[in-house]
Amino acid sequence: MEKEKGSELLLKATKINKSFGDFSANKDIDIDVAKGEIHALLGENGAGKSTLVKIFYGVLKPDTGSIEINNKEVSISSPNSARKNGIGMVFQHFSLFPALTVAENILIALDEKIKFKDLISEISKLSKEWELFVDPLKRVSELSVGEQQRVEIIRCLMQNPKLLIMDEPTSVLTPQEISNLFKILKRLASSGCSILYISHKLEEIIEIADQVTILKSGKSIATIDAKKTTTKFLAETMVGKEITALKKVNTKTFSKDIALELKNLNKPNETNFGISLKNINLQVNYGEILGIAGIAGNGQVELMEVLSGETITDNENEILLESIPIGSKDITERRQLGIETIPEERTLHATVPNLTISENTFLTYFSKYNKTDNIISNLLNNHQNSLIESERILKDNDVRCPEVNPLANQLSGGNLQKFILGRSLANNPKVAIFSQPTWGVDIGAATSIRQKLLNLSQSEKAVILISQDLEEIFELSDQICVINGGTLSKIMPVDKVTAADVGLLMGGKLDTASELEIIK
Amino acid sequence: MITFTPRDKVSKNWTIMGPALSIFFTVFFGLLIFALLGYDPLETLYQIFISPFSRIDRISDVFVKACPLIIIGIGLMLCFRANVWNIGAEGQFIMGTLLAGSFALLFPNVENKLLIFIMIFIGFVGGALWAFIPAILKTKLNVNEILVSLMLVYVAMLFIDFIVRGPLRDPMSFGFPLSKPYSDGALINKITFPGIGYLGQLHYGVLFIVLLIPFSWLFVNKTLSGFKINVLGAAPKAARFAGFKQNAITITVLLISGGLAGVAGVIEVSANIGQLQPEVSFGYGFTAIIVAFLGRLNPVGILFAGIIIATVKLGADNAQMSMGIPKVVTGLFEGILLFFLLTGETLQKYKIKWSKVKK
Repeated sequence: MEKEKGSELLLKATKINKSFGDFSANKDIDIDVAKGEIHALLGENGAGKSTLVKIFYGVLKPDTGSIEINNKEVSISSPNSARKNGIGMVFQHFSLFPALTVAENILIALDEKIKFKDLISEISKLSKEWELFVDPLKRVSELSVGEQQRVEIIRCLMQNPKLLIMDEPTSVLTPQEISNLFKILKRLASSGCSILYISHKLEEIIEIADQVTILKSGKSIATIDAKKTTTKFLAETMVGKEITALKKVNTKTFSKDIALELKNLNKPNETNFGISLKNINLQVNYGEILGIAGIAGNGQVELMEVLSGETITDNENEILLESIPIGSKDITERRQLGIETIPEERTLHATVPNLTISENTFLTYFSKYNKTDNIISNLLNNHQNSLIESERILKDNDVRCPEVNPLANQLSGGNLQKFILGRSLANNPKVAIFSQPTWGVDIGAATSIRQKLLNLSQSEKAVILISQDLEEIFELSDQICVINGGTLSKIMPVDKVTAADVGLLMGGKLDTASELEIIK
Repeated sequence: MITFTPRDKVSKNWTIMGPALSIFFTVFFGLLIFALLGYDPLETLYQIFISPFSRIDRISDVFVKACPLIIIGIGLMLCFRANVWNIGAEGQFIMGTLLAGSFALLFPNVENKLLIFIMIFIGFVGGALWAFIPAILKTKLNVNEILVSLMLVYVAMLFIDFIVRGPLRDPMSFGFPLSKPYSDGALINKITFPGIGYLGQLHYGVLFIVLLIPFSWLFVNKTLSGFKINVLGAAPKAARFAGFKQNAITITVLLISGGLAGVAGVIEVSANIGQLQPEVSFGYGFTAIIVAFLGRLNPVGILFAGIIIATVKLGADNAQMSMGIPKVVTGLFEGILLFFLLTGETLQKYKIKWSKVKK
């Protein structure tokens, strides 16, 4: 180690083992975190990252292994004792009460008693010192996701932590919020606080981390100096094989034929939860991928339902397929017209977990099989007919199954997603609409899914991609727009916008959107 | 703390051990309680479990008792599979009986058995109409069907009470709240076996089960409608994604289960009572909920569950009559039996771990 600050060890974990039943989540993991170091923990879903940090934070108990802090062996039996040992953690899903104010939320988490006035001045002091601007008297429900994360960080800083654990902190942030967070983390580190940073985003890690430890199937396979490596090397080490680059044809000419159009679409929300869609205009041509960026919970789910036909519009002219109104057609009719949707939730929405793959194929194919003039056969559960078709889908899409015709819940996330995609694409749709298609899928499967989207557009299909992953949006899309609070921004060609523009739109600066429009 | 984790596969040992342990513990605690209360424990157990099977006419009575439970249970199975919680089969039973009975009383002198077939149809309509109230409230206004269907039970009970004390009371009934007796055409006869005669109360209505079980099995396993019901229950969002109409399914299962409860009522009254009275059901609609779940929402399972519950009910009656055991004690025993049957089933499906409570 060349850096001075890397010389002194803060945390030394040796041979950590943890298994759940037969599944061993952590196998003989060794990890050293130096004082003032930003140490990244990289790995695919299910590699054991979360298990490991939950052990450090006292949420889980290791089966065997030892943890030393400042060269003294400690036993961390609960989050409480973790905090006493100077370990703080910001979870991926925030643990704040929306109905309480910032200060009240922090008060609940404190172990020692403190006067409310002192607390507020303490919060204000910390938030000024670290540029974590939040109003202590604001209700959490009024805060943006980025602000909520700052509350969590302040909550940790109140305890003067020596080690701050951050679990996938950037997955819900806009690019601007991310670069702010990074500034704060770097300052924290240079003040001597170590940071254990969990992520699967490679570029982030290279930008912020000093050291990176790569986990794969519960084992620690390498610890590398993050400043001396490349994303390609990290990715290949993480996955354990070479990653084929996406093949994108740049000299593509779009056909000018409009496939799908939304015209002034309004869909007021009927419950108290969820988002109302307001005056949405959208157009996607054949041979084109339209990316819709946005932070989760801004109307993506509602937009998806309207596009798929799970909810129909009040006015059928609000949705047009090749200029023909289809707003009042239901999901089955739209499927027959060639519109396929791949929802965000793989289980319980796109598939039924305790039904077999052939039955899950039948789920969206029944209108195809039961479309004979024979009334009797129309009434029957013909899922046996879909057995051959489902086997072909599994084979064509390289879905790995534990047995012939397994239950949907026997497939891993990536394999299930490949099946769902294959099931839709086997219908040869004109328009394919995807929501978060690579969410929680390992890199290998994600690459093959992204390639499928590109292939679709190259074979003159219209594709809509709703995703939170900006990298993915920029990598695949021809046109980009942003959804925020149930409204959709203007559609912009991908080469005319920057990630920063999109970030501003995602953050709800709609006045900026009109500014952007003026510029373009 | 006790945590339940689902077993990946039900082990072979547990498929035998589960029921065996259930029976062992039921018998053990049954013996213990009867002994503590001063009744001959072995004699009591004999009365409850064995006496209903001790004579062939008693066996047929088990089927007679199980008949309404199984018919209602099959209807409820459809509801519960679709995650629609119809708790009001008792009310649907009563209203089906009342509507069909009122129709029958319009024809005091008909001997043609066509009448009973029409009554069964009217009974289905009556029960279905009563179930239509929670169905329409749930689908149009999102009102919880558990509350509505349950409360309508009491409305139905009071309504039939009013009808048989008022408009339909037989003037010749000496002030008893009874309707006129049904005509012959409205009655279901006992089955006559050549050379033997009647076997207990065994009547032709029981044949309805013989049709219903295979038919309902085909319906849930082999038809598109059955598939839709299963998907809706397992994953409502997936049902919507598939394009199944949730409201249509909800209304359908409520109508069918209400209708079957009504049919059960017509068969029960036409075979065993022969007139309308304030009490036409003896909690069949509620007991059938247990039957449906004990039968694991499966037609064949419901057949057996109905027989088990009917056996214990009849056995408890026998114990009351021959040994003077109070109804509360036999009721307690029924509770113990159900408790251990359901525990055994849970043990088959889940692993159980005890761990110390963390402070």
